Amino acid sequence: MTAPAVTLGSAPAHAPVPASGVRVRRAAEALLIPLGALVVSMLLFGLFILAIGSSPLEVYGYIYKGGFSSAFAWQNTLARAAPLILTALCVALPAQAGLIVIGGEGALVLGGLAAAVAGYQGGSAGLSPTAVQIAMALAAMLAGGLWITLSGALRHLRGVNETISSLLLTYIAIALFNHFVEGPLRDPASLNKPSTMPIGDANMVGSLPGIDVHWGLAYGVVFCVLAFLLVRYSTAGFAVRVVGGNVRAARLVGLPVGVLLLGSCFLGGAAAGLAGMAEIAAVHGAANASLIAGYGYAGILVAFIARHNPLAIVPVAILLGGINASGGMLQRRLDLPDATVLVLQGIAFMTILASETLYGRFRIFRGGDR
Amino acid sequence: MTDGSLGWWGVPIAVLGGALRVSTPFLFVSLGECLTEKSGRINLGLEGVLVMGAMGGYATSYLTGSPWLGVLAAGIAGLLLGVLHALVCNLPRVNDIAVGIGLMLLGTGIAFFLGKPYVQPKAPTLPAIPLGAWSDSPQVQAALQINVLFVLGVALALVLHWAFRNTRWGMVVRMVGDSADAARAMGYHVGTVRLAATAGGSFLAGIGGAFLSLYYPGSWNEGLSSGQGLMAVALVIFARWRPLACFWAALLFGGAAALGPALQSVGITSGYYLFNATPYVLTLVIMVITCSTKRTLAGAPGELSVTR
Repeated sequence: MTAPAVTLGSAPAHAPVPASGVRVRRAAEALLIPLGALVVSMLLFGLFILAIGSSPLEVYGYIYKGGFSSAFAWQNTLARAAPLILTALCVALPAQAGLIVIGGEGALVLGGLAAAVAGYQGGSAGLSPTAVQIAMALAAMLAGGLWITLSGALRHLRGVNETISSLLLTYIAIALFNHFVEGPLRDPASLNKPSTMPIGDANMVGSLPGIDVHWGLAYGVVFCVLAFLLVRYSTAGFAVRVVGGNVRAARLVGLPVGVLLLGSCFLGGAAAGLAGMAEIAAVHGAANASLIAGYGYAGILVAFIARHNPLAIVPVAILLGGINASGGMLQRRLDLPDATVLVLQGIAFMTILASETLYGRFRIFRGGDR
Repeated sequence: MTDGSLGWWGVPIAVLGGALRVSTPFLFVSLGECLTEKSGRINLGLEGVLVMGAMGGYATSYLTGSPWLGVLAAGIAGLLLGVLHALVCNLPRVNDIAVGIGLMLLGTGIAFFLGKPYVQPKAPTLPAIPLGAWSDSPQVQAALQINVLFVLGVALALVLHWAFRNTRWGMVVRMVGDSADAARAMGYHVGTVRLAATAGGSFLAGIGGAFLSLYYPGSWNEGLSSGQGLMAVALVIFARWRPLACFWAALLFGGAAALGPALQSVGITSGYYLFNATPYVLTLVIMVITCSTKRTLAGAPGELSVTR
């Protein structure tokens, strides 16, 4: 008998409630509590900055300036948000089924590797750039999806905690990645920085029309909208949420629990794999150590702040992308370590989790609920 | 170096030496996690605690010149993070696994931030006891260098084993872990006991971190920890929440982690990354073998969310 390992404090989706007043109050609660928590975490971060002898106001100013003040800053922010959107889905989709999967980094890395191989092979076989790009995306989604499905399968078949197994699988994925990039798949021409064979300039995906941001952002937004529709309005999505709410109930009504668990894991992993493909096909051009940039871990934070709501992931990822983008400016102008951004992320994460306790505590959000 | 003198025998000797050396952080972190989990709560953030302890220990040792003060500081840094974890988890409806992930991020973030100035300088490190002085072979001598913290860790495993069975305090922790209702009925405050157990566990994990930065590898940098804090969670499950079994499990994991470098030392470099992944694969295999969907694990604290 498997009960869900953890009931997420944030029940990912509330059933729509008929009275519109209640719905508005619920929405207000779901929006204002995370926002309040973010404000509190900025204040706590300010105290931390004050304690080490810098000016919080200056730091806030540079975060705004580096992330959101100009068209150039926005392009930088959006480019960094793109992989975060997809890796956040790798947490948010399994969360619908009650799983806490934190192995997005591994799925991203293997997805990138698969995409690099598919891109080079497709290019050598003389496929058209569009066909090569589709092959890369499919290979990446398959690799990432299967990797996370492995974690879900261990959970379902053997009762292995998926949080631990997915993180262990990330370490294994990075080891495999390094092994292949520095060994069998290494491009002999890459001397200082071991890389796989380049996919070729013709096969790179370019920028979105009008702005200097690569297509990965569009992949992410489309994936989020599809995930939202699937989770909220499809029968399968409803069934997954039943599994996430109560596995025993799901079994009693005859839902295929295993298929639903593994399916949500596969889709999440596929999203993270696609993030790896976008990084390869739009930024790096070949798989190398630059791919291991911690996007998978930042995606966990994005998903938790968005409370596993696929639509909320997009703005949260942009916010976090902006904060990441300002890291370089903090380093140059204020001489703060590059880990400043990590501290802010850690504080935000803890505050958001602590704020889970506030749901349902404020009478103003409850209205005529009971 | 008399590299050729031992030949292939160098591998098992290096693995044994590596097991004795590398197992110490595993030992401390797993004993800490064992203590925390016995109280019915899982702390997935020990990875962050470990890194924080490594940084705090190294910085203190560098600033004061005393590595033992560094060990103490590492424990205290860990303790503070543990208190934070426990306080947040004590709030109603907050999930301890998620808070652990948050603590992992926060601990490594603060450690990297504050540790930036200490990457370059060389701090005084912990002394070793040369148990291999009888041998002429430098490999054997290197393998049998035992650190005081290792001895301390072994003693601690024995003490915890005894205390969980024979002291009132150990009984209270186990009761809170097995049935919060029973503990409440007896008049104990569940949150307070878990706070103490988490803080104590994190103190030990912090010391494990100090071993990394002050003895082996013996320097502070951002890639110092390789997931020992996380593997400890699996290790405790493998050890079935028994402190003495934690010791053997830590030795096993230390040996697995030493395999890659040992093979490299005799010239096998292909597949280096794969050999280095041995501990993770081992952890996963062990969890697949020991876990089951049919029953809860023997010896698991009843309140623990990770095994249910």
